[in-house]
Amino acid sequence: MAEAALEAHGGGGAHPETSTGLPHPKLAMWLFLASDCLLFGALITTYVLYRGRSVTGPYPADVFDIPYTSVSSFVLLASSLTMALGVNAISRGDEGRMRVWLLTTAMLGTVFIGGQVYEFTTFFTEHGLSLQRNLFGSTFYVLTGFHGAHVTIGILMLLSLVAISLARRFPTPDHHQPVELVGLYWHFVDIVWIVIFTVVYLIPTPNPPGA
Amino acid sequence: MATVSIPTTRARLLGRPRAKTGLWSWLTTVDHKRIGIMYGFAAFFFFLAGGVEALLIRVQLAGPEGRVLSAEAYNQIFTMHGVTMIFLVVMPFGAALINYLVPLQIGARDVAFPRLNAFSFWAFLAGGLFLYSSFFLGGAPNGGWFGYPPNASTDPSPGMTFYAIGLTITGIASTASAINLGVTIINMRAPGMSLFRMPVFSWMALVTQFLLIFSLPIITVALIQLLFDRRFGTHFFDPVAGGDPILWQHLFWLFGHPEVYILILPAMGIVSEILPVFSRKPLFGYQFVVFSGIAIGFIGFGVWAHHMFAAGLGPVANTAFGLSTMIIAVPTGVKIFNWLATLWRGDVRFRVPMLFAIGFVSQFVVGGLSGVTHAVVPADYNQTDTYYIVAHFHYVLFGGAIFAFFGAFYYWWPKVFGRMLDERVGKAVFWLLFVGFNLTFAPMHILGLQGMPRRIYQYPDGFGWNLWNLAATVGAFIIAVGVLVFLVQAAASFRRPKDAPADPWDARTLEWSIPSPPPEHNFDEIPVVHALDDWWHRKYAEDRGGVIHPVPAGGAEGPGTGHGEAGAGHGILLPSPSYYPILASLGLPLVGYGVMYERLWWLAVLGGLWVAAALYGWALEPSAEEG
Repeated sequence: MAEAALEAHGGGGAHPETSTGLPHPKLAMWLFLASDCLLFGALITTYVLYRGRSVTGPYPADVFDIPYTSVSSFVLLASSLTMALGVNAISRGDEGRMRVWLLTTAMLGTVFIGGQVYEFTTFFTEHGLSLQRNLFGSTFYVLTGFHGAHVTIGILMLLSLVAISLARRFPTPDHHQPVELVGLYWHFVDIVWIVIFTVVYLIPTPNPPGA
Repeated sequence: MATVSIPTTRARLLGRPRAKTGLWSWLTTVDHKRIGIMYGFAAFFFFLAGGVEALLIRVQLAGPEGRVLSAEAYNQIFTMHGVTMIFLVVMPFGAALINYLVPLQIGARDVAFPRLNAFSFWAFLAGGLFLYSSFFLGGAPNGGWFGYPPNASTDPSPGMTFYAIGLTITGIASTASAINLGVTIINMRAPGMSLFRMPVFSWMALVTQFLLIFSLPIITVALIQLLFDRRFGTHFFDPVAGGDPILWQHLFWLFGHPEVYILILPAMGIVSEILPVFSRKPLFGYQFVVFSGIAIGFIGFGVWAHHMFAAGLGPVANTAFGLSTMIIAVPTGVKIFNWLATLWRGDVRFRVPMLFAIGFVSQFVVGGLSGVTHAVVPADYNQTDTYYIVAHFHYVLFGGAIFAFFGAFYYWWPKVFGRMLDERVGKAVFWLLFVGFNLTFAPMHILGLQGMPRRIYQYPDGFGWNLWNLAATVGAFIIAVGVLVFLVQAAASFRRPKDAPADPWDARTLEWSIPSPPPEHNFDEIPVVHALDDWWHRKYAEDRGGVIHPVPAGGAEGPGTGHGEAGAGHGILLPSPSYYPILASLGLPLVGYGVMYERLWWLAVLGGLWVAAALYGWALEPSAEEG
């Protein structure tokens, strides 16, 4: 991907030359994602350290619906494909098709967020799991909530790109760069979800003895 | 920038700021030099506030049973002293110098994202003022600068909520700034300025940006957990519900130890610039100094638990972290010896910047050595939470970082403001600070080893602590006099004519190749770099016998005689000023107050929308356009 970008940007003349050949915004996005890795790293570490240490229920095994969350995870991961197709479309200069794929990506992301909202609601109404209820609730909601906020910001950025494109206000010389940057962000958020889904949902947390 | 070449005439939310001088030009500036100056002034303002807090502490502790402050007030004052000096003074002083100097040193016209740079400054200022507003809104943070729960998570006064939100805001500012400056150094070096031709200050700035990028998110998570515990009833640090206060200590110090190097690496960079210039020799072992800085950056992430030896992590963890802490002393020692070897047989000139640089090296050695004694776990058990620790970190942060920053003020003042600072007054400032500093903090070693604990607001008579506490208080007031003299000198310098030469110290790096103060566009022509210390090599050549000769006039550009001074900067498209950075940053404290008070929840929503609106305006506005 970087090579493609180099080819597209390097000789284009739209950028002042940079020392590495990478455009500034892309390098900045990589540094931001590196920083965000540590943000999720600290949140996930907290969750792992506190796994199984809740002194009251409900416990993870009481609330999780693995098949349901697997489906919404699949939807989110599928959105990485549509995002890549969107980047591909604009790098060929096809703004119309790009809009279609970006809208699809935003829609899939919205389905995932809707699923998360439904899941949180169920956990709360049926099992009484809230932020305050126990340690599991605190760690679970803050970790997945932070991820959900990232996806939501991603959706807003995708919709903004579509709106800017519809208003014909895409900067012409390198109009695929913003799309590429949002793409990097979007893939990153998806990859983080793979880790969260594995650590939080798939690795079973046994109920404490006597619960 | 991506959008540089796009002319726009379309309608938009806000116009383009037009002011070139006056208040509005400063509020909307995106010039890295002006932003650097604003960082410097803001940091100095907080330095005075933190200094007043320090004096209050010393007045209270001057004798036994002090009655100036109540216990509650004392807790707030020592906490805000620490928070201020670390997050609102030393960090932004570093940011001020990095912002101003790095583009000049690497031969760039500005930073990679000029508006983001302005946003970083305003967000930092907003976070700092948010923290200080706590004094008027029910009490300042009172749980120590490291805010250990469960004390910090259960204390009923609002102080530690201000701490959690305020530091999150300054953290956002620092992250944005670190990404921006990191990209600038990696990506905007002048032709020929390979990484290993960069001045050491720029190198240390680069390492610092990486430390910020990787350590700030960790404390952000810890602060958010603390905020949620205090505000929304979560149980992260609540042992009753299975939570663990030790987690905070790990997260905090996993940030907090790299933070120590975030504070000191820019200072080491400054000293590595000043010592060679006033010894008239190249820096001894440039590569070693640079690699030591990088090594410190890496190892800095592996020593955090030495702040927690007394927490009961067990002998294995304590031994491992004791060893890694001793190891990190090695690259620091390498630097010290390189600095000494730079002085060795040099043509040393004891000008004011040089005095501060030598003061830095000597005092930093004292602080470093007492630091190594903390790495010895059994010794540390005796030192933890005593004044010995206070002595140690003031020797590295005040005797180290602040001394280096004062050296930097004297060294770069003519470049930044075009006016020289008086040499005799400067020497008086140095000696006042030097004597005052050592009189204040050297006795604290003794007090600590005698068992005087930190963070006590009174101590009883008869423990043998009276004399040294009194000495420390006298020293603190000598420091205050030194700072006041500097302040008067700095203010008076603005009444002097702007007659500083471009290169008053006969220096080595590119910022001295342009006029003082530099023009808005920095370089008339982007320099092409051929060597380390390029500016020096343009001025001097070495003959076969190794004797240095000035290059005859005409052989190279003299200082300030750049191409076409009259029409200088014509046709160079600079980033345009903008309203959006300051507008976006104003939304952050609104969100903060909204999260703070249950009744004001709508303010958080409003603040969020405010930031979002400003970001949209920002994104749709080209970063540079013809005026």
